[in-house]
Amino acid sequence: MRKDCDVVVIGGGVIGCAVARELSRSALRICLIEKGEDVCSGTSKANSGIVHAGFDAKPGTMKAKMNLLGSRMMPKLAKELDFRFERNGSLVLCLSEDGLPALRELYERGAANGVEGLAILTGDEARRKEPNLSDGVVAALYAPTGGIVCPFELTIALAENACVNGVVFRRNETVTDVSRGADGYVVTTNRARIGATCVVNAAGVHADEIHRMVSKTPMHITPRKGDYCLLDKEVGGYVLCTVFQLPSALGKGVLVTPTAHGNLLIGPTATDVEDKENTPTTAAELAYLTQTAARSVRDLPLRSVITSFSGLRAHEDGGDFIIGEAEDAEGFFEAAGIESPGLSSAPAIGAYLAALIAKKLGAEEKADFIPTRRAIPRLAELPAEERRTLMEENPLYGSIVCRCEQISEGEIVEAIRRPVGAVSLDGIKRRVRAGMGRCQAGFCTPRLLEILSRELHRPMEEICKNVPGSELLTGTMEGRK
Amino acid sequence: MRTHDLIVIGGGPAGLAAALSARRAGVQDVLILERDHVLGGILNQCIHNGFGLHTFKEELTGPEYAARFIAQAQEENIPYRLGATVISISREKIVTYVSREDGLAQVRAKALILAMGCRERPRGALNIPGSRPAGIFSAGTAQHLMNIEGYGVGKEVVILGSGDIGLIMARRMTLEGAKVKVVAELMPYSGGLKRNIVQCLDDFGIPLKLSHTVVEIHGRERLTGVTLAQVDENRRPIAGTEECYACDTLLLSVGLLPENELTRALNVKMSRVTGGPEVDDRLQTDCEGVFACGNVLHVHDLVDYVSEEAALAGKNAAACVLSQQTVGRTVPVTADGGVRYTVPQRLDPDNMADSVTVRFRVADVYRDRFVCVYCNGERIRRIKKRVLAPGEMEQVILKKSELAQPLESIRICLEVE
Repeated sequence: MRKDCDVVVIGGGVIGCAVARELSRSALRICLIEKGEDVCSGTSKANSGIVHAGFDAKPGTMKAKMNLLGSRMMPKLAKELDFRFERNGSLVLCLSEDGLPALRELYERGAANGVEGLAILTGDEARRKEPNLSDGVVAALYAPTGGIVCPFELTIALAENACVNGVVFRRNETVTDVSRGADGYVVTTNRARIGATCVVNAAGVHADEIHRMVSKTPMHITPRKGDYCLLDKEVGGYVLCTVFQLPSALGKGVLVTPTAHGNLLIGPTATDVEDKENTPTTAAELAYLTQTAARSVRDLPLRSVITSFSGLRAHEDGGDFIIGEAEDAEGFFEAAGIESPGLSSAPAIGAYLAALIAKKLGAEEKADFIPTRRAIPRLAELPAEERRTLMEENPLYGSIVCRCEQISEGEIVEAIRRPVGAVSLDGIKRRVRAGMGRCQAGFCTPRLLEILSRELHRPMEEICKNVPGSELLTGTMEGRK
Repeated sequence: MRTHDLIVIGGGPAGLAAALSARRAGVQDVLILERDHVLGGILNQCIHNGFGLHTFKEELTGPEYAARFIAQAQEENIPYRLGATVISISREKIVTYVSREDGLAQVRAKALILAMGCRERPRGALNIPGSRPAGIFSAGTAQHLMNIEGYGVGKEVVILGSGDIGLIMARRMTLEGAKVKVVAELMPYSGGLKRNIVQCLDDFGIPLKLSHTVVEIHGRERLTGVTLAQVDENRRPIAGTEECYACDTLLLSVGLLPENELTRALNVKMSRVTGGPEVDDRLQTDCEGVFACGNVLHVHDLVDYVSEEAALAGKNAAACVLSQQTVGRTVPVTADGGVRYTVPQRLDPDNMADSVTVRFRVADVYRDRFVCVYCNGERIRRIKKRVLAPGEMEQVILKKSELAQPLESIRICLEVE
């Protein structure tokens, strides 16, 4: 079959977008296929937004290696692509004397992984750092390099930059088959057949299904659901560090953290589920979550919850990331089993896989690669003078649509018009936070529908919350329009 | 920076009535800042009737009621800015707003009236478990989409919460051909007006399930159903009472929250019960020259009372601007024994008007109770009430002449015979 491109990336999460962006440094024809209506619509949209310091994974594992590398790459990448990242530090709490050996072990592991600046604090020292920590804290591991990042901004920034550098994004398209030919692969979707030399499997919780289309080696992914509660910005400063509890067998446990946007986030739970698509929260998990988080801090301000959500971790049976070329399928590259610390590792995984692929294809670096991308201006956060200037250039910046987050029509229009722009309410929410605030889109929904309809030249009734089928309106009213 | 005598934040029913009253009390330089592109606020989407029975002695629709005030404001040539969102106010009464025409603008005021209204409590605040499909709307959002934009929002509907907007929307959606299957209310009583229960549910045969809530939301892209369950006296779902309702739309009418983000930045004393600022009998906050009225102060049941309250705020703000205001000591007006709160929360006994209306809401449904007013610990008023309900705002009018001097405290409570 004719080669439509050199590389097909399957999956528009943070990993797929990171690989695509890194690959776009090379003179290659790349396309990325995403089954959702937008990038960042699976695991990448529903996680803790943490850049882990890297003390948790066992030394020598891919997780340990990629985490540390990713964390080290994050500041430069944040500058290049203009997304929110902050090293706010993290604390792992030890809530009983019995846990002290485990805390010490975590410290040793972190040191072995090369994490800088780790220190074990007494309960009182930890409370001096974080006055709202609970009295039950007997000791804590402090990691100054722990950070928070906006997972939407990171993923979307990677996607936009990849797009500007030539990557073709095919959203709303589902891969149904990947078959191996004599000198490459044919990727079949619900819309097209695409011939390519290399394929990147970055399909998140579906990576094992894609894997089995091509490879005989065993891979099995369990979706492990985590529920979260997001709290109002009025309590965003309740803790400054990311506060973990000592990890358990299922994960790093329930954390309490500020987000990159100044909310407070608690979560996640860890429950293995069957359904890879739907992610309902459950009463039992939300109850467990709030009870557990309440052990970390005193008087957890639960009346300030503005929404709850859940996401799926892609847990592979082997427990480590699977990154590289499949043993039995040349040209088939994978980033599978990317659970925590996947977000932290994304820049490193992207660079690592892109380097392997570029080498395989003997691709040359492009001279005209554009490494930087500017974020959509966040008017509400700009100094008055800058804000004034921007409003003079574009009066739409003066028209506030989302009251809670003070997001202007100008920002929303830009979110739609950008490369790989928003096509849904959720897409706007993730790009500029309209609807992300305390009223949860109560006021701005009608305006957002209007703006999307106008910009996309589609009737209001066709505008979706996210995927097709999630239309908000059920038609015009007879005799009215 | 331009200084105005009076700036009114919000051009809904409260802001309009306040601005008019201030103008009529002699303040020329009034400016209304409204974030929407029309005046009238939430009334514009309330196309049902029942407005104005007290104010105009006739039954108007929301837009008609608003139009009367807008016409008066235009007759008085009161300036207003539309599409102007106030983003901050300071104790020095510097107001920062943004709009397409003015960009980022700052104006100063001698007095300020807060009339920003309220917003609806969203699903997230209830933490209802389940999936997050399209088809879940706060009742007011659905009302806007239908009445202002002219779109249907669903065909098979469950409504959680029996607040007035939810009740009105039950009727509205039924009239547009949707099937409203049930209204579930967490509390053992409705949060709405009795007349709305009768006219919006009973008349259409829509069942109201008290002591019920939504315990799970189903559906991936679009809502496919909700699970209701009965709750016990602690509002916890009772296992085994779950019932599934297939529906494509869930409307939430689960409470209104005064929108006081701007007010909080002023650092004035707020009431934890109303969610609004605490005010004295002039409706002045503890920042001198800053007044509040309407739903930003406390959520009202009838717009007529909003207008009345706002007119008082306007008149008092005018007195402040014209330096006719004398502020003395204030004494607390406290709520007790079934009375949840009072507005005002303080009263200036030396400078108060001859009569002061104290508005309040009760905590539960009560029958055959007495609303009692205590002044310095002595009961001075005992008013028999056959029924009191949380959904209806109550009031007592205190006369200056009946209050003991020197006045130390006023307490309003419910008592049994």
